[in-house]
Amino acid sequence: MTHIKVNVDGTTYEDEVEPRLLLAHYLRDRLGLTGTPIGCDTSNCGACTVDLDGATVKSCSVLAVQADGSEVTTVQGLAKDGEWTALQRAFHERHALQCGYCTPGMIMAARDLLRENPQPTSYEIRQALEGNLCRCTGYQNIVRAVLAASGQEAPAVAEEVTA
Amino acid sequence: MIPPAFDYVRPASVDEAVRALADAGEDAKVLAGGQSLLPLLRLRLAFPELVVDVGRIPELRGVRDEGDALVIGALTTHHDVMHDPLVRRHAGLLAAATETVADPAVRHRGTLGGSLAHADPAGDLPAVVLTLDAELVAVGPNGRRTIPAREFFVDYLQTVLAPDELLVEVRVPKADGWGFHYEKFHRVAQAWPIVGVAALVRRDNGHIAEARVGLSNMGSTPLRATAAEQALAGAGDPDAVARAAESAAEGTRPSQDPSGSPEYRAHLARVLTKRAVLTAAGMG
Repeated sequence: MTHIKVNVDGTTYEDEVEPRLLLAHYLRDRLGLTGTPIGCDTSNCGACTVDLDGATVKSCSVLAVQADGSEVTTVQGLAKDGEWTALQRAFHERHALQCGYCTPGMIMAARDLLRENPQPTSYEIRQALEGNLCRCTGYQNIVRAVLAASGQEAPAVAEEVTA
Repeated sequence: MIPPAFDYVRPASVDEAVRALADAGEDAKVLAGGQSLLPLLRLRLAFPELVVDVGRIPELRGVRDEGDALVIGALTTHHDVMHDPLVRRHAGLLAAATETVADPAVRHRGTLGGSLAHADPAGDLPAVVLTLDAELVAVGPNGRRTIPAREFFVDYLQTVLAPDELLVEVRVPKADGWGFHYEKFHRVAQAWPIVGVAALVRRDNGHIAEARVGLSNMGSTPLRATAAEQALAGAGDPDAVARAAESAAEGTRPSQDPSGSPEYRAHLARVLTKRAVLTAAGMG
């Protein structure tokens, strides 16, 4: 067992963990933070995306021991005092989810993009979300939600597919 | 899936890491960003007794200018490599190819050294460092040694690194003024390339004075398309480039897998070499 100390969504936790424990399992099974789902076993789907020290990671591809001393933000740590962020509101208002399984990862990945690039084009949004799969194929509305969250109107569909 | 159980150490220096590797013998694995190792562990394709996490060794990170070459710490992430101003200015091929690796979250964790030491012939970066004539610096119990990229990759997922050696730096000769392009063919956004081609071209009076072409996934190691490189010298128009690219698959031994047959891969190598060289030469 290895001792770790991790700040998750503003709360500091200290635990003894097996080195093989994945961060995704630590968040879900030890801390009960089930807002971060696990979608695949191949690092492809991005559903488990969280923020680790200011950058997105797929929490199924990080060991909990690698997060020792770090700050983790999950989708559950975004709202402040029950108030959604603009990005979360945009996903809700623009119907950017159907089953919702990919949504936590989509929101974390989009948040990462908007920090680096507050006014992305549709093309840049698609590039930034390439590691996140939506099997309801709701990509059009996801891109529109990210545009809306950045204060931009969604262009007509024909313009969207090009840069 | 849940990885198999292993012991874990997190050395604070290169010396400490090398000692841990030497003590553990052949049953240790180095963990850097973990973006290749963790999927292997989860799928139970690797069973190390000990995982040596080098992720907190600051001396392994960053890019520095050493005159005619850049020295990139093995632990520098893909994200940092592709945004680094020195890399963008002097090794544009590496920056451009790194931008195509996986996706943003993986690039935040994955490292240049990790992807080279992993030595997957379908990886993008092994062929790129081979094309750049880079050198790889390793530290072991008996000190440092510098290994040309041409000698580093031995076979599928195998390098010349001994079990107690740690890759610490990648020395990339500056390619100022050379045109470059990395062209890969894959069926979905994040997939490994079925074939990838790295092209580096030095032009002189509208002609290709010298061309280097590296191939991903055309054999058990990354390869240089030597015959095409020789044929490209002197090419002055797109037709000449296309003729030279016809020899891009010579001497390769691509594999058969669900993504394609050896013949299909050879076809891709020729087509992608033509496209990559035309773009690199500004003739596209």
